[in-house]
Parts: sequence; C-alpha cells; structure tokens
Amino acid sequence: MSLEICDITKSFGGFRALDGVRLTIETDALFGIIGPNGAGKSTLFSVISGFVAADAGEVRLNGNRIDALSPPQRARAGMLRTFQVPREFSHLTVRENLMASAPDQTGESLLGLFFRPGQVRTEEAAIAETVERTMAFLKLDKVADVPSGKLSGGQKKLLELGRALMVQPKLILLDEPFAGVNPVLIGEIMERIKELNARGIGFVIIEHDLEALTRLVPRLAVMDRGKVLAEGAPAAVLEDPVVREAYLGGVS
Amino acid sequence: MEAYLVAIGIIALIYVLLSLGLTLQYGLTGLINFGHVGFFAIGAYTSALLVMNGAPFIVGFAGAALLAGIAAWPIGLVSLRLRDDYFAIVTLGFSEVVRIILTSERWLTNGVQGIPGIPRLYSDLGGAAGQIATFATILAVTVAAAWMIRRIAGSPFGRIIEAIRDNEEAVQALGKDPPRFKIQVLVVGAALAGIAGAFYAHYITYIVPEQYIPLVTFYVWMAIIMGGVGRVSGAVIGSVILMAFLEGSRFIRDVVPWISEVDMASVRIGLVGLLLILFIIYRPQGLMGDYTKR
Repeated sequence: MSLEICDITKSFGGFRALDGVRLTIETDALFGIIGPNGAGKSTLFSVISGFVAADAGEVRLNGNRIDALSPPQRARAGMLRTFQVPREFSHLTVRENLMASAPDQTGESLLGLFFRPGQVRTEEAAIAETVERTMAFLKLDKVADVPSGKLSGGQKKLLELGRALMVQPKLILLDEPFAGVNPVLIGEIMERIKELNARGIGFVIIEHDLEALTRLVPRLAVMDRGKVLAEGAPAAVLEDPVVREAYLGGVS
Repeated sequence: MEAYLVAIGIIALIYVLLSLGLTLQYGLTGLINFGHVGFFAIGAYTSALLVMNGAPFIVGFAGAALLAGIAAWPIGLVSLRLRDDYFAIVTLGFSEVVRIILTSERWLTNGVQGIPGIPRLYSDLGGAAGQIATFATILAVTVAAAWMIRRIAGSPFGRIIEAIRDNEEAVQALGKDPPRFKIQVLVVGAALAGIAGAFYAHYITYIVPEQYIPLVTFYVWMAIIMGGVGRVSGAVIGSVILMAFLEGSRFIRDVVPWISEVDMASVRIGLVGLLLILFIIYRPQGLMGDYTKR
C-alpha cells in the first residue's frame, strides 16, 4: 500500500514549481517533507489531492493511477488533505464542522431529508457520538459550540485534523500543522499524530519547523526549487552536503 | 381600505416567497443568483397558459414549480463550476433570455401584448371573499415554504450548503461534490419562484414580458439585505418593508402634488434606492441580523 509520485512537473507561467518530483511513500508511514519557502511543497500537495493538475507525471495510490480523479473522489479513496491556511467553515461551530465532515449521510440529500427522517435521526445520533469522541481526542470539547471562525490558529489546525479524521482516512496530508501554533499545543498535536499513526493512519507532513519535524517522523524528504534533494532518516538527510548547501545555506 | 390592505398583503407574500428562494440560494449557500425573475416569469406564464387551456389550478401551480425547477437544472450544470461572479452574470443573462423569448414567441405568449383575462383563484366566491381566500392560500403556502427552508437549514444538508458558502474547496477536500448540493438548492429556489409567479399571474390576471425585468430580481435582493441575509425572518420582514415603501410612496403625491403621475414611477424607484443606501450605511446587517456574518 503506497502513494507513488512519479516525475511530477508543474509550471505556473515561467516559474517551475515542481520539476520531476519522484517519491514513494507507504500509506501507513509518518513521512515528512521539508524545504524553504517556494520549494514546491504545497503545490505538490495540491497535485496529489487533485486541486492542481500536473503538466506531466503520474500519481498512483495503491498501484492505481488517480490523476483523472476529482479532489472529492480522491478524498473518498481514503486520502485526505488539510490546508496551510486553515479553511474552517467559519460560521459553523466546531461541532457542526465535524458533523458536516462525516461521509455518506442520508440527510445530505433533500429526498433523504424529507422522506427518510427516521434514518436521518439514527445516523445523526451515531455521527454525534463519533464527533464527541473526536473532540475529546483533540481536546476541542471545550470549544464545541464556538463558531470555528473565532478559534485560535492552533485550534483551527486541530479542527482541520479532526475534520479529516471524520472521513475515516487511510492517509492524511498535513500542510504545516505546526505553523503559528504555540509550543504546548505543538506537543499535543504531535502526540495525537503519533497515536493515530499507531492505529494505522498514515501521515505526510509538510513542515517549516525542522526541529519539530525531526522529532516526529522517521523518514523525510528535502525539497528545494521544485526538486527532491534527498530522502531518508532525518539525521542522515540533514548531514547531506547538498541539503546543507540548499536548505541551511551552507552553514556548518 | 381593507381590500387595499389585502391586495398589498398578497403582493407582499409573493415577494416573501421569492425572498425565501433567494435566502436558500444566497443566504445559506452563497449562490449569487441575479436571474431570480426569470424563474418567476416561467412560473407566471406556465400556470396562466395551463389554466387558460383548461387545466385545474393545482396543475397550473405544479407545472409552474416543475418547469421553473427544470429550467434551473441546465443553468446549474453549465455554470455552477464557474466562479461566483461569473455565475451572477450567467443568471442575469438567463433571466433576460427568458424575457426576450416571452416577447418573441408570439404564438405562445402573445408577445408584448401579453396575456389578459387569466382566471383568478376563487373567482366563484366573488370579490372580497375571493381576495381573502387567495390571501389565506398564499399565506399557507408561504408558511409551508418557510418551514421547509428552516428544516433544510437545520439539517445535514443545511450544514453542507453553509460549509460550501464558507469554503468550497474545503468541502471538496472532505470528499463531497459541491455542484450536487448547489444544483438542488438552485432547483428548489427556482421552484419557489415559479410558484410565486403562478400566484402573481392568477392574482393580477394580466401578464406581459415587461413585468419580468431585472429590477424585480433586485427588489428581492433588497428585501433580503434589508431584512437580514440568511434568515427566514429576514426574508419576511425585508419583503414587508419593501412593499410598505413601494406602495407607501404612492401616497407621496397627496403631499407633493406637483410630481406628475409619470414622474412618480421614477421617484418611487429613487426612494427605494435611498432606503437601501440608508440601510447599508446604518444597519448593514439588516433588521434581523446577517446570519452569514455572525
């Protein structure tokens, strides 16, 4: 079971955001991607999740090409993404955000809503239970009824993770989960990620915060100017002279 | 005087029905529909033509809702993948196309001369009683529509359309297809406008294409902005304010008799515009509060 990224290339005008990116990531792994601003990390996520079409190359999930699938289809295949800038449904409460994220609800169609009210009620009760567990797990239960637009940056990041969890994913692409989050909360988010990974959910994590990421993932890739410079265990990768040159500015 | 109030009440309720459709489409889902009057026109002509060709009223009304809903379907398919502003332009264009078709297809619609002599509801009850029965019927339909929109807003479906309004890409990222939801919303809102059109045709008994100009769409927009976007109560109260002003400005001539009958039409539109500007300056959230900006 793996996510294969084969020679993905993407240009915006004259700017080559991705230049032949090639990575293979096990779907139950904890995998990190680091790199300076403009390295192409978020563009890579957008290509993998289907929000941006690549100019060339292939994306495979468990051996099947998924390039032709829409973003919702890719999510339904078990691969969820979060966004660098949290995209909470700001007028909905935390609870409503999570309830809305549950998949395959009968009450999501008007016919189901008006003609199968019993079924809708049963499902709502079950979803509400899952939501309570998810909020407790992410320590969001205290803000359950707060409109999500009013949450702190860190809580919004947790909510993004929570929404992805509601879809029962196999693999989650996390875009900078620690950016702008206070250090205490970073520790908590990390614990949650480790617990979820132990339960079999894979994570690919884009991060700026090198130190945080090296504590979390056993394997990572370094990107710069649309290319993967190196891949492997954090310690080995960070010793790589090419990486030091590009990412750390050659400081030894 | 009572007859006059009932008459205004009927027109106000027709605007409430139109506003409820737009509340679902814009207030809850964020769809900028600038072509609402097109569906209103389709409803008016459909029911008028059906009933004048011998169909019972109920068939006329059902046909109005159905045809307006069906007309919304292709608009949805073509344009829901467009950005908000493009969608607004497409719907505005659609309503103008409807009006031009009504003007040109004389064999069906009698062109600019319009269709006179449309049967009234409850005409066998006679003048005043018939009016009151008509008012009661529209009131019942409007209450049912308001109940339905409330029900939708508080449902799993309602959560998703509000999520779409807040962030469409995040909805996609969760594995849900926004167009599927938007098309349903568009069809239901259009069907409500169609029913409003049928009531209108059978109430004023004479329809011409010139009644279905974009200004009507913008009156409905003004009603929901003044009442409070995204709220059923806002749709109701906004429509009442709009009607009070449109009708109330009639009496201005009693005070300022030097304005001619012809000029008065422009003065009324100017006054409603002024009212809207005052609202936007002093109460931008509308009387009931803007649900989308809470």
